[in-house]
Amino acid sequence: MLEKLISEFQDALSARPSRDGIEAFNCKKSALVKVALRLRDAYGFEALEDIAAIDNGEDAGQERFGAVYHFYSHSKKCYARIYASCQSADEPSLPSLCSVYKGADWHEREAYDMMGIKFEGHPSLRRILMWESYPWHPLRKDFPLAGRQAPLPPLFEGQMDAAEIIPAPEEGGPFHSPNSGVSAVAQKEPRSAEAQDMEKLDNV
Amino acid sequence: MEEEFTYPEPAGLSDCQIGEKMVINMGPSHPATHGVLRLKLEIDGDLILRADPMVGQLHRGQEKLAENMTYNQFIPFTDRLDYLAPMSNNIAFAQCVEKLAGIEITSRCKAIRVICCELSRIASHLVGIAAYAMDAGSTTGFMYCFTMREKILTLFEELTGARMTASYARIGGVARDIPEGWMGRVNSFANWFLPKLDEVDNLITRNRIFVDRAAGVGVVSKEAALQWGLTGANLRGSGVVSDLRKDVPYLGYEDYDFEVVVGSKGDCYDRWMVRIEEMRQSIRIVRQAIEKMPDGPIKVPNSKISLPEKKGVQSDMEDLINNFLVVTQGPDIPAGEAYFEADNPKGALGFYVMSKGGGVPYRVKIRAPSFVSLSAMQQILPGHHISDIPVILGSFDFVLGECDR
Repeated sequence: MLEKLISEFQDALSARPSRDGIEAFNCKKSALVKVALRLRDAYGFEALEDIAAIDNGEDAGQERFGAVYHFYSHSKKCYARIYASCQSADEPSLPSLCSVYKGADWHEREAYDMMGIKFEGHPSLRRILMWESYPWHPLRKDFPLAGRQAPLPPLFEGQMDAAEIIPAPEEGGPFHSPNSGVSAVAQKEPRSAEAQDMEKLDNV
Repeated sequence: MEEEFTYPEPAGLSDCQIGEKMVINMGPSHPATHGVLRLKLEIDGDLILRADPMVGQLHRGQEKLAENMTYNQFIPFTDRLDYLAPMSNNIAFAQCVEKLAGIEITSRCKAIRVICCELSRIASHLVGIAAYAMDAGSTTGFMYCFTMREKILTLFEELTGARMTASYARIGGVARDIPEGWMGRVNSFANWFLPKLDEVDNLITRNRIFVDRAAGVGVVSKEAALQWGLTGANLRGSGVVSDLRKDVPYLGYEDYDFEVVVGSKGDCYDRWMVRIEEMRQSIRIVRQAIEKMPDGPIKVPNSKISLPEKKGVQSDMEDLINNFLVVTQGPDIPAGEAYFEADNPKGALGFYVMSKGGGVPYRVKIRAPSFVSLSAMQQILPGHHISDIPVILGSFDFVLGECDR
């Protein structure tokens, strides 16, 4: 149904492999707002369902960050998926869709909070799930599962540094790490390796 | 679409007083905010000028956790999203992974999942309308609804072993078959439930006090509802005929006979009516599912995806290996991405799963309907009085566990 869309934006859109029957496209970030407008007004996709920020890992170079957009058409009863790459690993950014879909507001704030993607043109880009002074973007792949040390936000002026967030004592945790064995867990959670060494020493 | 609207700006505590206006906090610990929602309100007297919901106090990093465990290990975490309808969440996640792997589940499994989803919907709507009624002043309605919900939780306990955190779905099936005589008890619950629901309906729906507080309040137009991405009962309350169970059928919902309940004005009263009527439709679906419950296995025979039969594990080398692999490495899911939305009681709960192969997801994104409903509060609340807030929040029926993830 959406082949016409590709022919309209030949420079910017290309088909994306899809396993689940949803029509999917890769989109250049410069054309994202225009494509979304066309989707809404000409193709009947009234609602932006979701924005999922993706970290493709440090090996991906400039293609490291991107976002998957899902649109839903209540009239045609189908979904569309668009992936836009940020084209930058150091200062990832994407154009904001707030002018097309009001619902993009919080989804973009969440993507900014969790993955550090800046949305240009967003009217009020702030953190949403973490507090404003939180220094990290926790869903990035280089952020450890146990967390990192961070100061708590000040409750009132003058009341600072009363406590701080400390990483969770994971020791590898109940979590399963794939394709890996112990060494990958130890890489992700250095303290777990330390703890195992300590155990070995105790046993000796 | 052209309604006047500006996004709220961050306002520090220092600029508490802006001329005649005042910035106050409602919540995070307030009985009407249904959890730990904090509303930052800019008010002029009693009138709300701007509202800025501050969420995240229940944030547990579930998406990060999901990247570090197998698919089946994540199912108990989905219980803690919308903890008023845990079964629906389990099933939505399993459906998404099955969609990614291209698995067709057995017809008996589908029917069991439909019963669970619809009973969850009733249980969740009961809590929703109970809290809503109490916010509007009716404590009696609250007690009635919780009595009814308790019966459903007892049925769940019998089926899954837990009242609320069921963790019942598995990738490729469900955890265990339904116990002896359970469907009969569901049926007798359905017979008992409808007259009881009529009592609540009679008690509150035409009650003068309730109508005065809910009718014409918190109106969401069709256009605004679509723009903000509202889904489920909240969208249908605004008059949009959209039900994922009918439009993008999953779990064989296309074989069941039920109506899509739609409001007309999009006010709080419409959302109440939609929820009451949806429960009756759910009972219809449950009865049909019981009537034509097929026999057969409850999980796919593919032992790389779901656990093999215990008998095979004890006698067959191959089954034993696969049993071990599914538990330790996770089900074998091919690389790719899938997005699935289920029409849950709170709206469309979406899971986006990206896999690079193996038993652990590379990325899981949860599209929480409560998160979306709350984002629309920026536009819905301004123009109302503070005393309308409990009714509006109650009518949207959100859960913070799901919003904050």
